[in-house]
Formats: sequence, C-alpha cells, structure tokens
Amino acid sequence: MKAYNIIVLAKQVPDTRNVGKDAMKADGTINRAVLPAIFNPEDLNALEQALRIKDQFPESKINILTMGPGRAADIIREGLYRGVDGGILLTDRAFAGSDTLATSYAIGQALKKMGKIDMIIAGRQAIDGDTAQVGPQVAEKLGMLQITYVEEVLEVKDKTVTVKRRLENGVETAKCPMPLVMTVNGSAPDCRARNAKRIMKFKKARTVTELQKENEDYTALYNEHPDLMIQEWTVNDIETDASQLGLTGSPTKVKTVENVVLQAKDSKVISAADDEIEAMMVELIKSHTIG
Amino acid sequence: MSNVFVYCEIEDGQVADVSQELLTKGRTLANELKCKLEAIAIGSKLDKVGDQIIPYGVDTLYIADDERLFPYQTLPHTSIVVNLFKEQKPQIALMGASSIGRDLGPRVSSALHSGLTADCTSLVIGDHYDKKQDKNYENLLYQIRPAFGGNIIATIINPDCRPQMATVREGVMKKEILDPKYKGKVVKLDVAKYVSDEDFVVEIIERHMEKSKVNVKGAPIVVAGGYGVGSKENFQLLYDLAEVLGGEVGASRAAVDSGLAGHERQIGQTGITVRPKLYIACGISGQIQHRAGMEDSAQIIAINTDPEAPINAIADYVITGDVAEVIPKMIKYYKKNTK
Repeated sequence: MKAYNIIVLAKQVPDTRNVGKDAMKADGTINRAVLPAIFNPEDLNALEQALRIKDQFPESKINILTMGPGRAADIIREGLYRGVDGGILLTDRAFAGSDTLATSYAIGQALKKMGKIDMIIAGRQAIDGDTAQVGPQVAEKLGMLQITYVEEVLEVKDKTVTVKRRLENGVETAKCPMPLVMTVNGSAPDCRARNAKRIMKFKKARTVTELQKENEDYTALYNEHPDLMIQEWTVNDIETDASQLGLTGSPTKVKTVENVVLQAKDSKVISAADDEIEAMMVELIKSHTIG
Repeated sequence: MSNVFVYCEIEDGQVADVSQELLTKGRTLANELKCKLEAIAIGSKLDKVGDQIIPYGVDTLYIADDERLFPYQTLPHTSIVVNLFKEQKPQIALMGASSIGRDLGPRVSSALHSGLTADCTSLVIGDHYDKKQDKNYENLLYQIRPAFGGNIIATIINPDCRPQMATVREGVMKKEILDPKYKGKVVKLDVAKYVSDEDFVVEIIERHMEKSKVNVKGAPIVVAGGYGVGSKENFQLLYDLAEVLGGEVGASRAAVDSGLAGHERQIGQTGITVRPKLYIACGISGQIQHRAGMEDSAQIIAINTDPEAPINAIADYVITGDVAEVIPKMIKYYKKNTK
C-alpha cells in the first residue's frame, strides 16, 4: 500500500499553561480574555506524526477534524500551513455542553461520514480538561483499535503500524493492525514550522460562515481554488440521535465549580520554626496549590 | 448488583499501589452506601493476588487469568470489564489514573454509555437536587477534580448513568489494609466467555519499564535549587520534596555550573521557562536571568538564609532559614495534613 487516509483530531483550547498572575481577576476568577486560543499542544505532536507518514507515503491524504465554535477554523488553517490536505469544522449549538462522551459521539458520527479511514491520530489529551478520554471513546464508538501514548511511529507497512509507546514507568513497542486510533504523547517530536509558501496559498482559506461575515468578495478566487474552502459541518450534516448530543447526551454533569484563588499576595515572611512551616503547608493544601 | 467495583492493575504478580489505594477508598464508599466492595484482576498467573486484594475488605474478587492477558492490552481487558459490568451492574467503578486506567476507563465508559471523570482528587458520597426535573438524587458519587489547568475545582456527578466511573492518580488516596483475615470470595471467570480471540490483535514486540524523561516544563510544581543548596546531599532533599508533592526538580544556572544538577533542569533565560502553580526556590538568590524563567509562576516560595535575597521580592512566602532544615519539615507537614 502506498497511500493512507489519515484524519487528525485537533482541538482549539484556551492556553491554560500560561496562567500567570494577570490571568486571575481580583475576585479570584479566571480572566479568559487574556488567555489566547491555541492549537492544543499534543494535537500538534499528533499532526507531526501524520505529516511524517505523508512524507514517507506522499500520496496519503491528511484531513483535520475539529469540533468547536466558528473561530476553531483557525485550527484547520494552521494545519493547512503545515501540510495537511484539508479539514472539516464540526460546529453547532447542538454540541454545546458536551462532556467527553457526547463529544466522542459527535466526532464518531462525523468520522463515519468521512469514508474509509486508515488512521485517526489525536493528541493524548487537551490542556483545558486533561482527561485523555476522547481518543479512546471515539475508538470504541467506531469499533476500532486504539493505541495510546504514542511517542514515535516506528514503521508503517501495508496495513500495520509499529509504534513506541511512552508509559508512566517505561516504554513498549507494539505492532497494530489498521484501522486504528492513535493518541500521541507530548514527549513525541514537536510539530514542524509553518511553510511560507503554504501560508501564502492558504491564508485566504475560509469557512462559509467566515466568508459571509467578511465583506471581501472571494467568489472568483474560490471558483479557481476550491481547496481554499474549509468545510463546515453542522448537526444536519451527520446522522445523530439527539438524545446523545450536547448536555442531554452527557452522562456527567458539573454540580459545582469552585475557583482557586491564585492572586499574588504580599510576601509572608516566616522562619524555619515548625508551627510556621506547618501553617504554610496547610494554607497551600487548602488553596489546592498542593495536594 | 449495585456494588462498588475496583479494577486492579497487576505487574509482576504485584497489585499496583494505586489499585490498593482505590480498594481502601472503595471500602469506605461501600460502607457508606451499605453495599459490597468488589474487584477485578485481569492478567496471567494470578493465583496469589487474592491474598493481596481481599484484605482491603473485598467481598468478591473476579479473576480473569490467561497468559494472553499480560501485559495489558486495550481490547481484551475492555471486553472482560464491559461484559462483567453488564452482568454485575456496579453503581461505582474506580480505576487508577495510570497509563492503563486512562486507556481502559474511557473505552469502558464509551461502551456502557456511563460517565467517567478523570484524575479525581477527592471522592465523596452526597445527594443532588435537580431543579429542572424537580428530582432528588440520593447517594451519588461526587467526583471532585481540578480543571482548567488547575485553576478551578469542579464537582462532577453522574445522576442517571451507571456505573459512575472515576480515575484517581497514584498517591492521592491513602492505602490501608482493613483486615488481613477478611473473608472474601474469589470467582474465577471463564475467560473465553468474556473475551474473543479477535480482541488479541496487538503484538507487543518489546516492553521494558524504565525511568521516564525529565519534564520540568510541564510540572505543576517545581522545586528548584541554587548554589545556596550547598551539596549533592542537600540537593537530594529537593528530589524528595518534589516526589512527595508530585512535582519536578529544577535548578539555577549556578547550581548546574557547579555540578549539582543536570543541564536539562536549568531554569532561566538560558534554560527553560516554567510557569507552574507553585515554584519553590531553594537557596536561589534570584538573579534577573533566573527570574525571567520563573517569575510568572502562580505562587512562589523562597527559602534562603539571606533575608535580603532578591528573589524574596517576588515570593508569596519568604522563609528565612536553611534548606536542609526547612525541606524535611515541609515534607513532614505536608504528609501530616493530607493523609
């Protein structure tokens, strides 16, 4: 086999890694406005693994599937700049409030419309939830094998993939049959940089919704370059059972949310005395900083 | 039926620490719910695991023993757990938030359409009133976990779907044997009834357990040492503290240059930049080049013998004292107040 059909699952996330002092408001809540929306870091590691397979088998096709609001089209543009063939933005209010299982259901139903897939590659987890659940849950929904914590794809040959997995206490090399869902670890190689020529080519890639919002007339351009059109799917483009979507389709519910107050205080100066150190540790445990 | 279930991970015939911790927690939950505690062990040569598992107060231990079931593989273990859960209908199922539990848990929850909460830091039984439906739920499992990069703490519930599933990281719950002579029943499963040959599709070519790479950048807590730590023995204390708190060890350039720590741990302008939830600076004066790599940390503790060290200006807690004296106390009082 010389070509593979690869789907990369990617998510746009708030950059929770860079939550510094300015990201917390005076009342201790998160100031989301200062957190930029970024390509989930481990999904970039996943994208790199997909691009490497395409380097080796250039006839392969890589498409990104992302679910999110309209602005998540940025994820597909970013993928186009780095070498993917296209992408689909799955976006609908019907998906709002989805937990990981309802998300997996929607993504699984979209994947079922994407033809014969050899490999689905996703980051291990997204930094806004850190659950690592969507990859395996999608695999189960599709009845596919999953292989998690991939650090390196060692070999792709015929209908098998051999990977090195990074586990918490070691490494494992496993040979797996396609089709399969792979989730890639942050310890895998970083994603290659954007390609300057591809930026020039794809910077005008838009979804229909984006085009409607912009005043510029791209009609001629899009007729000439249909690959600039980012596909946008709503709930009506996939077959779904409404009872499995969004908040209704989510078995888990958020009962309460408590903000962790991370604001800077004036320095507390303490000595090495036992009672002072114990008081500090108790404060840190209570504020969920440790423990 | 409607019991608390724990999936036990087994490596080299030993039940993993995280599973023992969950058995202890599971026993507490079962007592509160007045139900039984059950466990499942899947692997190869499991004759002796009952002796390790039952003393935690396990009423029924299900064992699936087959040489193909070790090492862990996703599909066979999923099939066994899913089929057993369909028969036994547990109300709660707990797994380690480990490489195995985080691979297996979501797969099982997806197959059973049950809710799963990852990396819980606390599990409590409580009630819930649903305003929309005007319905009262009694004795739900509150699954409490940090979210949004650790900036919020969420309480998650699964009102309608069973089992209520949760994973918990190693070291979060305490482990405690209930009774070495506890009377529990061992049920050996007929493996062929729970898993099919088609589930064994992955070929594990090589497997070895080793120390993982240093990841200072991604650590939520960084314990960093400077020249002021003084000696390699004192530097070991930093590793001890980092291990207890679930963090990583970093170092200033001065500490790296003097051979106290490796280059991969260097924090600062010429090293890596970190923004952890908590940065503990030990014997670090706080030159600007070091501060550039850590000043955005959410909270900073500075431990220094010099009360005028520049790092103190950006610290939330300034401890004036010797690292060798302060760190053992921090470990001691952390342990005392968490478990």
